[in-house]
Order: sequence, then C-alpha cells, then structure tokens
Amino acid sequence: MADTKDLKEVCRKIRRDIMVMLAEACSGHSGGSLSATEIMVALYWNILKHDPKKPDWEERDWFVLSKGHACPVYYAVLAAHGYFPREELWKLRKLDSMLQGHPHRLKTPGVEFSTGSLGQGLGLASGVAMGYKRLGKPNNVYCLTGDGEQNEGSIWETGMTAAHYRLDNLCAVVDRNFLMIDGNTEQVMGLEPLGDKWRAFGWHVIEVDGHCNHQMTYAYERFRLEKNRPTMIIANTIKGKGVSFMENLADWHGATPKKGEQVQKALADLGFKAPWQEYMKHDFDWVG
Amino acid sequence: MGGIRQDARIVDFRKGVEEVPGRDGYGHGLLWLCENDDRVLVCDADLAKSTRTIWVRDKYPEKFIDFGISEQDMLVEAGGLSRLGFVPFVTTYGVFVAGRAWDQIRTSICYGNLNVKIGGAHGGISVGPDGATHQSLEEIPLMRVLPGMTVIVPTDAPECKKATIWAASHPGPVYLRFGREGVPVITTEETPFSVGRAEVYYDGDDVAIIACGPLVYEALMAAEELAKEKIDARVINCHTIKPIDVETIVTAAKECGAVVTAEEHQIYGGLGSAVAEVLGEHYPVPLRIVGIADVFGESGSPRELLDRYGMNSKTIIAKVKEVLKMKK
Repeated sequence: MADTKDLKEVCRKIRRDIMVMLAEACSGHSGGSLSATEIMVALYWNILKHDPKKPDWEERDWFVLSKGHACPVYYAVLAAHGYFPREELWKLRKLDSMLQGHPHRLKTPGVEFSTGSLGQGLGLASGVAMGYKRLGKPNNVYCLTGDGEQNEGSIWETGMTAAHYRLDNLCAVVDRNFLMIDGNTEQVMGLEPLGDKWRAFGWHVIEVDGHCNHQMTYAYERFRLEKNRPTMIIANTIKGKGVSFMENLADWHGATPKKGEQVQKALADLGFKAPWQEYMKHDFDWVG
Repeated sequence: MGGIRQDARIVDFRKGVEEVPGRDGYGHGLLWLCENDDRVLVCDADLAKSTRTIWVRDKYPEKFIDFGISEQDMLVEAGGLSRLGFVPFVTTYGVFVAGRAWDQIRTSICYGNLNVKIGGAHGGISVGPDGATHQSLEEIPLMRVLPGMTVIVPTDAPECKKATIWAASHPGPVYLRFGREGVPVITTEETPFSVGRAEVYYDGDDVAIIACGPLVYEALMAAEELAKEKIDARVINCHTIKPIDVETIVTAAKECGAVVTAEEHQIYGGLGSAVAEVLGEHYPVPLRIVGIADVFGESGSPRELLDRYGMNSKTIIAKVKEVLKMKK
C-alpha cells in the first residue's frame, strides 16, 4: 500500500500525462479525466488486486470505466503500471492506435469492457460481480460512473439488480463534479439528493472528498468490509481539478489544451516546467 | 421435376402438420443445454412463463436469473457474466430486447464482442390480441445491421431447438427469433440444419420462393398450388438472415430467373432486403417481397392477422404471378 503522501506526487504526474496526451491528440475529455485522478490513483495503487503482466489473471479485481470518455486518466494509470508501453499514450485517438477515443477491450491490454455509451458500464460491472458470487470467488469489482451519467435509467436498473442480488463485491464510485456538457447537473437534470437515492435503492453509501487519496483509500477499504449490499462512493470533485483555467467549467468537458502556450500553462499549474513534448520522451517518473 | 426434395428430409406437409409454437423449441433447446452445458445461464425480464424460460426456472432454478422488467440492464449484466465464461441466454419479447436494449446490444455486446445469446420471443404479427405494441415486426434489420451478430429465424419448433443449441457453441453474439403461436412443424430431428446455409425444400425452376420462419410452410403450400397451374416454384428455407447464404440465393436466381421472398416481418430491412442486397450485387432478377407493408399491426387472432396483412400462401402466389410477368 502506497503512502498517500506519495500518491499526491503520482496524481501530479498522472495529470501531467493527461494534459500532454490530450494536447497531442487534439481531441478528448480534459475536465472529467482531471476530476477522476485521485479516484483512479487510490484504487490502482492502494486497493486493486491486479497484475499488469497478466491482464487476465483469474484472481484479479476488475475495474470498469463506465464514464468511458474519461479514458485519458485510465490510460495514463494503465501505462504507469506497464500494461502497455508509455509511447502509446501519445497516439491516443489516432488511426490504428491501441488507445481508442473511448475504452475498447479488444485493443487495449487492461481494459475489461468497451464503454463510452453512458449507463452501460455499471451493469457490465454488476454482471461480473454476480458471476463471481455464482462461482463463490472473492474477486471485487469496481466501477466509476459520472454524475451526469446517472441520468440514465439503465443506471438505476442496475442499482435495483445489484441490491436485489446482494452484490457486496461491487463498488461503484460517482465522480461528483456537478458539471455536465450543458452546465451544472442541478440545472440540466437535478440529481440531488443523490446519496439518499442510492440509500433508498439499498446501497451502502459513503461520501468523501474525491481529491483526497487518504479518504478515497478509506472509502474503498470500507467497501470491502460491507456485507450484503453494494457500495456507492460519492466522491466530491472539481471538474478540471489541478489546472487553474479548467477548474469548474463545463466547457472543458470535451475540450483539450492547445499545443504550445496553453498546455504549457496547464503543466506549470501542476508544477512541471519543461517543454511539454519533453514529457513524451521520458518515463513516468521524470519530472523535468 | 418439382415436388418435395427428397434429401431435404422434411415432413410430408401435404398429409397434414402438427402445430407447435416456436418458443417451445427455444424452451426445449434451453433445457437440453442446461442438461449438457454447464456454462449456460438463462435470463429473463419477467416474461418466463411466456418465453418458456420458466421450464428452466422450474427444473434448473440455479441456472435461471430474473432481471425483472429491465431489459437494458439484463443485456449488460449478461455481458458481464459472459466474461467469466458463462454463456447467458437473454430472453424477452423481440420488441423490447431488439428495440429498447439496442444500444446495449450494439455497443456493449457486439462492439465489445461479448458472448451473449438473445432469444427474441414473440416475433411476428401472430402474437395476436396483444396488438401492435407487442408484435415484433422490425427486429431483423436492427439486429442484422450489427457487425458480429448472427441472426437466425427458425422455421418451426424443432429447428428453433437446433438453433438454440447451436448458439451456445458459437463464440459470439446470436439473435434467435421465434413466435408465440403454434406453427406448422415441417422439420424433424433428421432435417439438415446448418447455420449460414439455406435449405432447398421443394424443387422448381420457374421462380424461387425464399422464406423464413412460419412463412416457409406458407411457401410450400403456395408451391403445391402453383404446381397445379404448371408453375414450378423452388422453395428455400433461409433461416439464417446473417450470415446469409449468398451461394444458394444466387444459384436460385440464375436457375429460376425470378425471386419472391416471404417473412412475418416488415417489408423493409428484413429477409427481403437481405436477399435484394445479394441479388443486386451478384445477379439481379425481378424480386417481390412478401411481408407486412410498412404499417403496424393490430389486435386480432393470429390467423386473421396473417391473412389481413398479407403474410400467407395466397399472397405468395399472387406475388409469384406478378414477378413472372417481369421475368425476361
């Protein structure tokens, strides 16, 4: 288990890679990738039982990115663990790339399902959890949804199923950044009281600061102790977190930092001073 | 010269036929699978009595999962289960599974190549009194357009059983379409069945009638009638809409020079359209498509509805005569 102080540094580098990746790709989703960074880092560094050398390892825990558009953070995390070569990150969304615009299990080692159409990943995760219950195996299944995504009725169908079948090996997280494409979630299609909704559906609900690695780790560990019902972690986050000019703005949902001055400014906010393309030439730990 | 092809090994339908619902074939297929293939799971969306998955629920309750009236969730949950080596058969009415859960089937199942089988029950207008909301007449194009999907419309209950069993052995998504009402049994255990191969049941060179589902029987009845007028029709059971048997269709077009298709389905997008694609690209001949003509159905008895909406031997005969006039 990594010290959560070290995870702060990991998150800093993951955000750096997200910005460089997206600047190079010229398309993709900045806001929702940056908001989900601690959620992903705490999971992959502290909690998830997995082996990059054996993506199909029978004893592994599973992770499903239901909010598939946030794949830049997912890919950055997988690359940092060695699921595929770091160089692949700079080919995001390009023709023949191993890294598709939304996660595709047939192209990317470490990706379990092809997600991107919102509202489906949670059900896929639930099916895996259900399968492990059938097999009597102890594997856990984690799933990250967006908050806008929770408008989808299919999410609530899965909510009923997972509670009905007592899938206490299923842990969902909602990246509660309060923004969707058309604006604030509460103005577009209100979700509150979100925690109460999940509690009413029979889930165990924990609400934490989604940017605190310590609290995220605690929440995941708390999930592991819960019996007879699935867990929903409401991770309160800031869309675009870490990059000053992106924070809390709906417009940065599907936008990328421009090559040159803009991505350089993003990196500076994260404490990285080298020319942005330099980071593509070095390994994950290089800070320039 | 004409008549039932011997090696087709179908029932001599001229002596009368038994009527059994296609869904019974599905149910029997599932029971056989539960008996013989421990990977198989059977899922339903609160329609077990109607779809016959209740037979599994009663005999192998540990292999049955009800998802309630949540078709979209059922599809993706089955997708998740399939990744652990289970072979889930997801079952509900065609309108709901192919319609409501289409995105799940397209993106999670087909694009993600998940090994999920879909039993699309209550296919056709012969659903009857429930009316148009429950009569699935549009699912063939919805399913056949999806890369990676196999689409089978078995002609009767025994064939449906074979198709169901086959589906479990196929590594990829499969859509099976079957109906609610008793339909003539024209195949037996011995009748050859191979997915992707259309079967010639009746010989003739004046016109080819390519049919699927219960309309194969109607086509055979039409061929018998036409023979009295010295019109020799070839009848082909094209149960696999995708991958379609290009060779048999092209051979029929070359040797007969005219084609009529027949299906219990809309005229747009179904078997007729699939055959038109083959003919258009390989061997264009005059074509007529028998099906429901771009309208919704309504409540009625199955027989009344098939007759009212022109999915019967009488219509096939009329279309044969039309197409013969266009023949060069």
